[in-house]
Amino acid sequence: MTGRSIARSMTALVVLAPWLLVTGTMAAGGESQGALVHVADTRHLTGFNLYFANLYNVNRLLFTAMTVGLTGLLGLSLGMLMDVIVGAIGLDLGKREAKE
Amino acid sequence: MFEWFTVALPISGVSVNALLLILLGVAVGVLGGFFGMGGAWMVTPALNIFGFPMPFAVGTDLCHMAGKSIISTRRHAKFGNVDVKLGLTMLAFDVVGIEIGARLVMWLERLGLAGPVIRWVYVVFLFLIAWLVFYDYFKERAIRRRAALGLAPGAPGLQWHVALHKISLRPIVRFDVAQVECSMWLPAAVGFFVGVLAGFLGIGGGLLMMPALVYLIGVPTFVAVGTDLFTVMLSGFYGAATYSMKGRVEILAVILMLAGAAPGAQIGTIATKYIRGYGIRLMFAITVVCAMISVILKQLGFDLAAAWVVMTAVTVMTGVVVVGMVRGAARELKAHKEVGA
Repeated sequence: MTGRSIARSMTALVVLAPWLLVTGTMAAGGESQGALVHVADTRHLTGFNLYFANLYNVNRLLFTAMTVGLTGLLGLSLGMLMDVIVGAIGLDLGKREAKE
Repeated sequence: MFEWFTVALPISGVSVNALLLILLGVAVGVLGGFFGMGGAWMVTPALNIFGFPMPFAVGTDLCHMAGKSIISTRRHAKFGNVDVKLGLTMLAFDVVGIEIGARLVMWLERLGLAGPVIRWVYVVFLFLIAWLVFYDYFKERAIRRRAALGLAPGAPGLQWHVALHKISLRPIVRFDVAQVECSMWLPAAVGFFVGVLAGFLGIGGGLLMMPALVYLIGVPTFVAVGTDLFTVMLSGFYGAATYSMKGRVEILAVILMLAGAAPGAQIGTIATKYIRGYGIRLMFAITVVCAMISVILKQLGFDLAAAWVVMTAVTVMTGVVVVGMVRGAARELKAHKEVGA
């Protein structure tokens, strides 16, 4: 079997596998089960942890907004901080040579 | 001594070593920035080993992945490696695919077959990805060797995208950064199938998206990595929001992992500057093989060995990338000095 024919067989398999997966399981139906309710234990918490645990228990929407917002803000600010640190080492962070 | 670093997480109540979370963040940051993926296959089992219940492991991973991908995507964007138009086109169909994949899982769950079927499908796809990357890598090496000997180069490596670019279904779109012109339905279909698989296998999709961009759409490796990270970032935020609403994100763990991922992502991304595209592909294939072995071991009931394989692969690959980055940076700084002198 040549490399080209193996490649053809593999291509066919890659294309067919998701299709077989879909058609093979479409016949069976069903609903997912409801999620379990979880409550954060705030008895021994203070400061930041207490604030987030309370938010989690009381207002899930605000907890979501704060979590997503904080993650984005932290990612952005840490990225900028690392830019400054790596730039200070003297590496050129503005361009790269593309080599395949 | 390590007990000093033990923190009780406020939402799940799990006690975990903060140092371990930071180190995990560093490793996943390095590999994510280098390969252009979220790294769910590494983080979720690791968090599970640390004591996180599985839903918290998945939710916390997705949330940290969103923050980490901002860092890597910004860096790749500055290198000119992100094709936003291509990323958004694929993402729109990727989301639909993820939903269908997730529904397939529910159907299988009802049949009581979800666990083993998902794992074996995962193994098959990891094998296919590893096979095609290895095949392409060694083909490219053979061409180089023949060229060095002054012989005819022979058949080129995998060129599936050339045939796929002949699809003339309108609209035909040009993706400038990726330097690709094709039917819009090609990236749409690839995004959709990657989404179905990602939703079905319960992974972020970066592991599938990167080779799909390279081999099916014909995107250069560096642009594939950057564009993949861009889509991982957006899908990560969606995942973070939906898991937060379901109450399965541990925010303190996310912050600790991000603290490690920030330097890690910079190292991984900058390393792509010094390691050529085919080198990245080869390392990617080795990593995929390790992921495949780990899934097989898990399926056979060797959970500890499976976790060991993942952790070893993560540690070794992180080491290789860090060494590559440090050596490349040293060369660059030396060259700067010589120009200055």
